[in-house]
Amino acid sequence: MNAAALEMISPSLSFDELTENFGLLDEWDDRYAYLIDLGRKLPELPDVYKTEATKIRGCMSQVWLVPGGTATDFRFAADSDSTIVKGLIAVLASLFSGRTAVDVADIDAEAAFRALGLEQHLSPNRRNGFVAMVARIKDDARAMAKS
Amino acid sequence: MNVAALSQAKLNFDVERIRADFPILSRKVHNKPLVYLDSAASAQKPRQVIETITRAYSEDYANVHRGAYYLSEKSTSDYEAAREKVRAFINAKSITEIVYTKGATEAINLVAASYGRAFIKEGDEIVLTTLEHHSNFVPWDLLRKATGCVLREVTVQLDGSVRIEDFAKVIGPRTKLVAVAHVSNVLGTVLPIKEIAKLAHAVGAKLLVDGCQGIVHAEVDVQALDCDFYVFSGHKLYGPTGIGVLWGREAILDTMPPYQGGGDMIETVAFAGCTWAGLPAKFEAGTPPIVEAIGLGAAIDYINTQDRVAVAAHEHALIAYALERLPEVPGLRLIGTAPGKASVQSFVVEGAHPHDLATVLDRSGVCVRAGHHCAQPLMEALGVSATARASFAMYSTQAEIDALVAALIKARELLV
Repeated sequence: MNAAALEMISPSLSFDELTENFGLLDEWDDRYAYLIDLGRKLPELPDVYKTEATKIRGCMSQVWLVPGGTATDFRFAADSDSTIVKGLIAVLASLFSGRTAVDVADIDAEAAFRALGLEQHLSPNRRNGFVAMVARIKDDARAMAKS
Repeated sequence: MNVAALSQAKLNFDVERIRADFPILSRKVHNKPLVYLDSAASAQKPRQVIETITRAYSEDYANVHRGAYYLSEKSTSDYEAAREKVRAFINAKSITEIVYTKGATEAINLVAASYGRAFIKEGDEIVLTTLEHHSNFVPWDLLRKATGCVLREVTVQLDGSVRIEDFAKVIGPRTKLVAVAHVSNVLGTVLPIKEIAKLAHAVGAKLLVDGCQGIVHAEVDVQALDCDFYVFSGHKLYGPTGIGVLWGREAILDTMPPYQGGGDMIETVAFAGCTWAGLPAKFEAGTPPIVEAIGLGAAIDYINTQDRVAVAAHEHALIAYALERLPEVPGLRLIGTAPGKASVQSFVVEGAHPHDLATVLDRSGVCVRAGHHCAQPLMEALGVSATARASFAMYSTQAEIDALVAALIKARELLV
């Protein structure tokens, strides 16, 4: 498996732009529709990368995450069998991609998602693999920052 | 049920009167009326149970047994009165056969650890079905690891039904125990307990029934079922969490060693050796879930005030209605359509992850469960990783099923 050949997620919108867009949507179904649409635009994670090593176990949905980039330009690729979690992955990419590994480890993802009105997905009891994904990204970033 | 009995049962049933007893049902979620379709995971509580718990703590509370003062005697008598209510509710012969546990899971673990370690040896066989809840699977796996016994599987048909002839094929001379659900928590399938009991007893095996879902949906008579152990949880039966029941035949419970040691379960304690209290205290070490037991008694009282035939007819009508309406959702596949099934319905919607469905339904105030429902072997056999599940209780209504269907159609438009 050669992670370098894998297309990492390159968000087209910054997190601030996303925040602004979510802010324009008053209805929950519009926010979900937008979130799902963001997920659909993610590059596909080839099946070869969906391994036990990249899998993040959640109770209800599966997530696969492959870290990439450099200590000064953090990137990752990810996928999920849940449409909503894919959307959340896209939001996370806007939050984390292109930052330094040190920044990624420090970013308060919970506060960021609260700003988007998506904080329910960060509650540990959702157990959808998403919380574990944030933890994994931060671990990867910390490891990258040290190396 | 014949037509006359059914129409009489309908006359005796007023779901709005029942709903008025459940305070939580009048609340809103995300500014929408609550549509609670997760009663198979845990049922809501009527105010009669809530008030009993409040009263027990605010007026009648003290530790039970051996207290030589009024409050302890009162607490003990309420706690033991609940045991008698449980006995009568399942028609056990004696209150000595009613062991309080913290839930059905602990009850099964108790049997596996006590009966299992004492009487099940290497090469002995325990028969389970594919549809068992993890709580009626993992304790036996632990026993297998400890003793070298063998777990045998009775498989489930595609529609979720189980065939007695499949039990007949698997139960044999090496079978020591058969452990099955009364009603599947995923599929709603009702298992033929009496017939399974005959097969088990014919080879000298014991039968344990996981009654968590079964006792909710029909009257249970443990003597008529002819099983050897029957376990259930209070919280699925409109009672509190933290209380469950292990019923076992006295002659069997008598032969079993204690499960846990501590206060209340002993006769004498000495460095030379301890001796055990009689039944059921032998299995109730430590301060028990006092108010939880009293709350369970109140839940049983509440159920007894209902016409149970009418409640069963209502729940039967709900599942029939759900089976009719759910297929209106494009791409929806029903999982579990065995004849005579209980009011639990799993389904998947093509292209929509069950977890996403549940997340979106929640915004409409509709609570359903999504996941493997603690039944991974069954999910594997059905070829799905997860399902969504709606389950109905005595307070559920057809209008809630309408709300479910409407919310599912909307969720599907969003997700697919």
